[in-house]
Amino acid sequence: MKKVQFKSNYSQYFFLAPQLGILLIFLYWPIIQTFRDAFTMQDAFGFGRQFVWFDNFLFIFDDPAYFIAFKFTIIYSFVITLVTGAIGLLLAVNANNVMHGKSAYKTLLIWPYAIAPAVVGVMANYFFSERFGLLYHLFNDLWGFNWYESVFDSYIYLLIAGSWKQISANFIFFLAGLQAIQKSVIEASIIDCKSSFRRFWTITFPLLMPTTFFLIIINITYAFFDTFGIIDTTTIGAPSGETRTLVYKAYMDGFRGLDLGSAGAQSIMMMLIVLVITIFQFRYIEGKIHYN
Amino acid sequence: MIIPVWLIFASSTHTALIINTQGLQFFLGDKFLENYTKVLLYEGGFFKEITALKMFLNSFLMATGVAFLSVISSLMTAYVLVYFRVKYATLLFWIIFITILVPLELRIFPTYSVMSTLNLVNSYWGLIIPISASAIATLFFRQFYKTIPDELLESAKLDGANTWRFFIDFLVPLSKTMIVAMFIFMFVFGYNQYLWPILVTSSEQYWTVVMGLKMMSGSIVNKFAFVIMSMIPPVLIIIVLQKYFIKGIFQDK
Repeated sequence: MKKVQFKSNYSQYFFLAPQLGILLIFLYWPIIQTFRDAFTMQDAFGFGRQFVWFDNFLFIFDDPAYFIAFKFTIIYSFVITLVTGAIGLLLAVNANNVMHGKSAYKTLLIWPYAIAPAVVGVMANYFFSERFGLLYHLFNDLWGFNWYESVFDSYIYLLIAGSWKQISANFIFFLAGLQAIQKSVIEASIIDCKSSFRRFWTITFPLLMPTTFFLIIINITYAFFDTFGIIDTTTIGAPSGETRTLVYKAYMDGFRGLDLGSAGAQSIMMMLIVLVITIFQFRYIEGKIHYN
Repeated sequence: MIIPVWLIFASSTHTALIINTQGLQFFLGDKFLENYTKVLLYEGGFFKEITALKMFLNSFLMATGVAFLSVISSLMTAYVLVYFRVKYATLLFWIIFITILVPLELRIFPTYSVMSTLNLVNSYWGLIIPISASAIATLFFRQFYKTIPDELLESAKLDGANTWRFFIDFLVPLSKTMIVAMFIFMFVFGYNQYLWPILVTSSEQYWTVVMGLKMMSGSIVNKFAFVIMSMIPPVLIIIVLQKYFIKGIFQDK
């Protein structure tokens, strides 16, 4: 913290008021309601509310659909993180080595970041439609691709739709990470080691660990929350609910099924998962990274 | 990365008949003006009671509102967190930053019920405020303020600057790049919202572009045209203001 500060002073309340006000009314109040929903059950007519302890939680654990959504969310986050990270890194290394037209290369790769997931989904839809989808027909000729029926094929569909835009984010951060590495370190390593491949894995990549780590968190958050718009405009969970993320399922249960108790319990489970990931970040991975 | 977008754009300049019989097109057709003006200006055809132009206006209002509200409130909060000797500083810090762990998707129905209690469903404020309830920009401003040398406040104090003067005359001008970067970030974030506008607007008059994608009906070439147009505002902003965006996010001066 700063050594020189203002003394506590009435103006601080003025500066804090807008954000604290918004957070209290539009964030804390709904969170409290989420907990109330999760531990109570409403009767069918919306009158009266009964405290039911963990019944809503036991109910979602009994639901096979919850585990299907859980499995899909984990697989999807893992694969998205791996694929977009690897491609983003590859492109960033290339961009960093380009001598001329670096900024054109950068511009060419950055803009998909700005496109909404729902827009990406609608576009992907056109490439995977049975009627005129180019990728649908290409894959169909290769191995009989049919995402309406095959779980594996619907995963492929969502992986391609979900990765396209996220590659940009990975590219931006890896490029910034590469540019932050000091020139002298690179020059010294060139003298010590001739193979550029080995140089990358022993010198450059360890120096990129903080960036890599940050991106893992960004990619997981993306796969958990932002993919809602993609799923809702592509598979809508097909085939038979196999491609619903936890967020998508919670929304459908709350909105279509009007089961706010279950939606609340599912939200709290998600909060716990996010909390565990965050703690894991601070405890286990941060300690093992070299910061330059 | 640009190929899929190009194919949809090229296809959006043909007639529906060509798309339906020959598939996506790589080369431009001659129906650009016809298809795009139809989407932008006619109501009752493509959507029921709203033109795409009005939807763009709604999206613009929503995104600008989100960007203004969150940037201004975050700038002020970060100021107190870094520059004031507050009694419960740690508690205050956690009250604000724990909220990053709870994105809107996790509290969407209760947020809706709060909005309907406050009578904000089907209004611009209803679209804007819950999206602005985010502490991400606060985190960035806080990090940025911490890199400013202590001497700045010392000399400002010698000149007799009070808390208001220091904020307006010193801190805000210094944070210009960061403000622009956060503005872009929150604008794109607001523009790209999908789930919340679907939930909070039942009246077509408040529909935004991105949620409108779900509601499209009509000819396939008009749909293509709408998808292409929906990307333009955020992509244009990112490309034009790329320099500020990257500078702000990575804080290299």
